Amino acid sequence: MGRLKTITRRTLLVGSAAIAGGVVFGYWRYKTPYENPLLESLGDGEAALTPYVRIDQAGITIIAPRAEMGQGVHTTLAALVAEELDVALEDVRVEHGPASKAYFNQVALEEGVPFAATNEGNFAEGVRNSTHVAAKLVGMQITGGSSSTPDAFVKMRKAGAAARAVLLAAAAEKLGVATDTLVTRGGVVIAADGTRIPYTELAVLAAAIEPPEDPELKDPADWKLLGRSLPRVDMVGKCTGTAQYSIDVRLPGMLFATVRMNPQLGGELLSFDAAAANAMPGVQKIVPLAGGVAVIASNTWYAMQAVKAIRCEWGEAPYPASSAAQFAVVEEAFANSHDSRYLDTGDVDGALADGADVEGEYQVPYLAHATMEPLNAVAWLHDGRLELCAGTQAPTQAVKDSAAIADLDTQQVTLHTTLMGGGFGRRAESDFIKTAVHAAIAMPGVPIKLTWSREEDTTHDTYRPLARARFRAKIANGAPLAFDLSVAAPSAIESQLARIGLSIPGPDISIVQAAWDQPYAIPNYRVTGYRAPVMTPISSWRSVGASQNGFFHESAIDEIAHAAGADPLQMRLALLTHKPSRAVLEAVATMSGWGDELPDGHGRGVAFVLSFGVPVAEVIEVAATANGIRILKAWAAVDVGIALDPRNIEAQVQSAINFGLSAAIMGEITLREGVVEQTNFHDYDAIRMAQAPAIDVKILENGTKIRGIGEPGLPPAAPALANAIFAATGQRIRELPLNKHIRFFR
Amino acid sequence: MKLTINGTEHEVNVTDDIPLLWVLRDELGITGPKYGCGIALCGACTVHIDGAPVRSCTLPAAAVWGEVTTIEGLGTPSALHAVQRAWIEHQVAQCGYCQSGQIMSAAALLANNPDPSDADIDTAMSGNLCRCGAYPRIRAAVKAAATSLRET
Ligand code: FES
Ligand code: FES
Repeated sequence: MGRLKTITRRTLLVGSAAIAGGVVFGYWRYKTPYENPLLESLGDGEAALTPYVRIDQAGITIIAPRAEMGQGVHTTLAALVAEELDVALEDVRVEHGPASKAYFNQVALEEGVPFAATNEGNFAEGVRNSTHVAAKLVGMQITGGSSSTPDAFVKMRKAGAAARAVLLAAAAEKLGVATDTLVTRGGVVIAADGTRIPYTELAVLAAAIEPPEDPELKDPADWKLLGRSLPRVDMVGKCTGTAQYSIDVRLPGMLFATVRMNPQLGGELLSFDAAAANAMPGVQKIVPLAGGVAVIASNTWYAMQAVKAIRCEWGEAPYPASSAAQFAVVEEAFANSHDSRYLDTGDVDGALADGADVEGEYQVPYLAHATMEPLNAVAWLHDGRLELCAGTQAPTQAVKDSAAIADLDTQQVTLHTTLMGGGFGRRAESDFIKTAVHAAIAMPGVPIKLTWSREEDTTHDTYRPLARARFRAKIANGAPLAFDLSVAAPSAIESQLARIGLSIPGPDISIVQAAWDQPYAIPNYRVTGYRAPVMTPISSWRSVGASQNGFFHESAIDEIAHAAGADPLQMRLALLTHKPSRAVLEAVATMSGWGDELPDGHGRGVAFVLSFGVPVAEVIEVAATANGIRILKAWAAVDVGIALDPRNIEAQVQSAINFGLSAAIMGEITLREGVVEQTNFHDYDAIRMAQAPAIDVKILENGTKIRGIGEPGLPPAAPALANAIFAATGQRIRELPLNKHIRFFR
Repeated sequence: MKLTINGTEHEVNVTDDIPLLWVLRDELGITGPKYGCGIALCGACTVHIDGAPVRSCTLPAAAVWGEVTTIEGLGTPSALHAVQRAWIEHQVAQCGYCQSGQIMSAAALLANNPDPSDADIDTAMSGNLCRCGAYPRIRAAVKAAATSLRET
């Protein structure tokens, strides 16, 4: 409850001018046009030395302004600051901090540039840098695109170094000595005569000193925290039930709510009858919403029972009503003019003029994010302000959307971002927060925690798009002479932007992400994207377009290798032009003993995908047993450029592989009469302990830039598995989920 | 109705059909057990009743037959249970949302079976879903906890 008290206390400080006696820096000038948001809420004796460091008598708090949704980002980001500030990680608190443009994600837009990550030429780099300017102007605080670590790598170390510099200067002033006679260790300044002053005692003085614009950073050879496997700052809380997710937040006088939205997504609520629900135990209020209805009750379960008892008449969905009809729309897109053709090397049409040697059609379905913690948020409208507790990947957008609903200025909205029980892209949306705000508006003065049931969560997602692909290839001398790949899908980016009132200016590069930009030297090589209209709402799903294109591209490459009579791994190696990419493939070959004799019925598949700048190679071994396909083992090699926390990187790669395998084996969202058919984990399951393979991970550092690793491990998992099944059984499966075509061991 | 939870008796005024999970979470503010699915499919809500693992989301509070132990009663940050210590040692948790349930299932397994095989672990733990896919480390931590419990 300590954290709640902190929240409440800060709440009281906000706007009550309680900063009298507190300490306010004029500006944090290090390359940010935005004011330090921590300055608004400082109390007596508190100082915010940079937007990332707050110090009060109780200790040091590091603001890690990216969503901690399982990927360990709080530990890694805090370590960047702690390294330069010279404090031990166990001696600091780590918080998400307030929603603020000051925490804009500088590199989030880089993935959208039409240059392959392997292209580091001046022009490509120039365009990437220009996206930093756009990101700054938009000021979007967002977690996604595996960008947190590259975004923070320099700026959060600089923040730590700047804070340390002013603390040192403060100590020098206090002791009347020169700064260069002082050293720091473990959150304490130590003078030549042995005098020790903790940072906490220097903070107020330090806050009056202008921080250096561009402080010098430690030589990586001197790193004490970075480059090492650190205990995660959230681990003890998560293993003792004391970590606080938004679903756990409790405020005095709180009531509990849930929603039921039109299962035909985006359809209206035509009428409803809540007479029965109103009479049910614990029910406090029925709240009609646009397209649905909420119930507020004295506990969540009463609310969930009551909402089921409301009779609703729903309007129709504004999209084709069945999966078959939607796939037909996607298929039709191939006949339209293309959305993108970022890769068109050689003369593909010429090389394929007398027909293809191998060709195929592929398909993947919609997928739900299914975060372990169902969507929920706390909203409290009081004293002309709106307070929110929510797990969000997009805090500034959540505040903006909530303010609009409550008819408030964004300054009157305070968001406390909590730990998240999974995000995977789903928590970049604001819909679940908006439902809580609507409930709070219906009961001003009362804090409301609104929780979506698992059924509501599964049936009202913004899904990973469905997609289709076709390829044709010509073979010469045991290698592809020509490879032509076309992908058709609705645009997730278009759907996402439309929900925040924006439109997509050009092609959607995510439709062909991780297909057009792979470092294979194929003489005639073309990748074309076709854009189908947005139908059911869609969004980014862990690894975005790479989640389907890894499967399309790498299954096709495997088909080509088999048609060419080549070893699938050796053929890829011969085609890869990019050194770090070759190195991960070589590493995974060694780790797995690729080429070794296998027992009867066993098969191995390999896949290589470069996404978010990270080359990843994976090998999966399966056995075809009487009880179905069993995954025996997976090996992965990844290159992140600089590995800040190897044990955490290993966890992320294992996680991404299991997430990708779950989708590959059994993940499928289907529609019938406009309604999503899957509702809970019985029909939208994921792999469990008995199916989960052992996964060996090797981390390489040959890449030229530091990269994030939350997503890149995912795209090769599905094709490596499908390719292994082909090797073991001779069955080539071109549609996900694979369990529609072959039985799996459970 | 009266419930004994983590050694403390509580009196709650609720309907007979409300599941234990919601009494714990909303009526008593004991939030270690999590809501994941509500229909005994994910294990996030696992607690012990007289030492046996139970999905609290489908058990009516009125039908509770013994003493309830939640993750908070298993061990605390300053007095960890051997399973929690193994979990921390192996840095198991990612988002962590499933981990209260995973740990309660593992603790119940090891109380009955001090030396579980891989197949025993599969059986005991497959009712606990982890969307973050932390399974390799869960397995390693169960084995480490088994070893440390056998040694004490
Ligand atoms: S919430 Fe009880 S098993 Fe899922
Ligand atoms: S750690 Fe996230 S669901 Fe298991």
